[in-house]
Amino acid sequence: MLEVYGVSKRFDGFTAVDGVDFSIGRGEIAAVIGPNGAGKSTFFNLITGHLRPDAGRIILKQRDITGAPPHRICLMGMGRSFQRTNIFPKLTVFENVQAAFITHRRRGANFWDLSDRLYRGETEALLASLGLADKADALSGALSHGNQKQVELGIALACDPEILLLDEPTAGMSAAETRETIRLLERIAAERGLTLLFTEHDMEVVFSIAQKIAVLHQGRLIAEGRPEAVQQNADVRRVYLGERH
Amino acid sequence: MTRIPWTLVVFIAGLAVPFLGSRFYTFVASDIVIVSLFAMSLNLLLGYTGLVSFGHAAYFGIGAYTCALLMKSANVPFLPSLLAAGLMAGAFALLFGFFCVRLTRIYFAMLTLAFAQIVWAICFKWNDVTGGEQGLPNVPYPDMAWMSAAPILGNFRVGDQFYLSALIIVALCFAALRRIVDSPFGRVLTVIRDNPERAQFIGVNVRAYQLAAFVVAGFFAGISGGLFGIFNRGVFPDFAFWTKSAEPLIMTILGGMGSFWGPAVGAAAFIVLNQQITSFTEYWPLTMGTVLIVLLFVFPGGIAGTLTGLLARLRAGPKPANAPASTPQMVKPNA
Repeated sequence: MLEVYGVSKRFDGFTAVDGVDFSIGRGEIAAVIGPNGAGKSTFFNLITGHLRPDAGRIILKQRDITGAPPHRICLMGMGRSFQRTNIFPKLTVFENVQAAFITHRRRGANFWDLSDRLYRGETEALLASLGLADKADALSGALSHGNQKQVELGIALACDPEILLLDEPTAGMSAAETRETIRLLERIAAERGLTLLFTEHDMEVVFSIAQKIAVLHQGRLIAEGRPEAVQQNADVRRVYLGERH
Repeated sequence: MTRIPWTLVVFIAGLAVPFLGSRFYTFVASDIVIVSLFAMSLNLLLGYTGLVSFGHAAYFGIGAYTCALLMKSANVPFLPSLLAAGLMAGAFALLFGFFCVRLTRIYFAMLTLAFAQIVWAICFKWNDVTGGEQGLPNVPYPDMAWMSAAPILGNFRVGDQFYLSALIIVALCFAALRRIVDSPFGRVLTVIRDNPERAQFIGVNVRAYQLAAFVVAGFFAGISGGLFGIFNRGVFPDFAFWTKSAEPLIMTILGGMGSFWGPAVGAAAFIVLNQQITSFTEYWPLTMGTVLIVLLFVFPGGIAGTLTGLLARLRAGPKPANAPASTPQMVKPNA
């Protein structure tokens, strides 16, 4: 599904991501973990086209997407959510999700139809599956943090992605909200056959759903593999898990 | 409670202005109608796409010169000239916008301003074509023989007849703008306004859409300029000057950029105020500025924004039980 070869990114002499190789197969659920500043968000920004890598190649579904602009990568089937909630605050919840349907199905250049009538059914169904049906007409910017995260997930899912990148999907959520979100993600990934790649601080979340874990430390990939294997890895214990225990 | 079709009411009231038989009222009404199109075209950028243009007068000026030159020097009929004015302004908006959308925020605004000043300088210096500093005086009124032959309209002065044509053309432009902002294209623009970064990640080519909005706004500004040149009986370089770019900005903020009709309301308020104030004091810029500051404080969301908010509250007022969630409730201090 996604292959990354020797990707690097430097900012003013500081190497944020350093020669990372990584791959994820169709339908897999993988997590990228690492301490603060390990380069997780930069890594995501490189894959989604937000940043252009200084070296290396990124292949999505056998096609080279290195340096392609975000909107093109998105249209190829990659969705993402952001660490800091990133929605369209002055639009209603319904409009947020509907807009993603419109743009992803390339109806945005239409000057004539009434946008209100487009993809009503799809939008309502998606909102219902996220548990947002009763908030459809609320201004998204006025919702609680947890609900905004759900809206953001809705926006990402409306783009009908094959692979979804989630940057800390449960950041700032209560324990109950976190559990709910994880269950939701698992269900949706299973229903849609989604490939899921996410970063997360909460180890409980990581080990509960990830089938594969990659560990970044100071921009380098220091371990990659099944959760149990990563947990046993000496390097990982030293630099990462060791910090917390 | 049935909704009052305000748009239609205002349009019919507009049609009735020539029947008042006053040259002055027709003059003010023409000014308002034509300039509201200018302000409404800017709001496609300002209110819907989130782009602040300080150089919108460039397209107004280009439209005015194009229409006036075609009608005066080439004897092209009115409607084709006016269409050409829009297309020419749109073409320049495409050219300038191509560079402007590569920048963001204040840099975008500065570049639009720079291009507008270039347009102004060319109009000011290119004596052979634009008449330079002297401008193009004596732009002819369109040939409205059919109107003069019509039963009631025939009795009107040519200024009234031109006003009616302008009113209908502007109304058609407003209908088109309304359709555009309600279209999927319009929705994408609001998405870009709210969050351009996120917009990219739902598959939006942000620059391409910003450029498209810039061109559409330029087109309607050009139509407005073409009409204004005829109304003004002459086209002058200051049509493209930076102070002219500030006018629709002020009108839009005054009327409210959050609502579709806000800029038109603002244009009407601005022009009427200007008329009233200049008629009784020579210190009109000072007075005008003071009044604008006060209005901005009294109507924080613009005149239109504040009024629609009030209307919504009035409608919700008599039956508060039905709408507790959507309207803010006053908290009783002693309860």
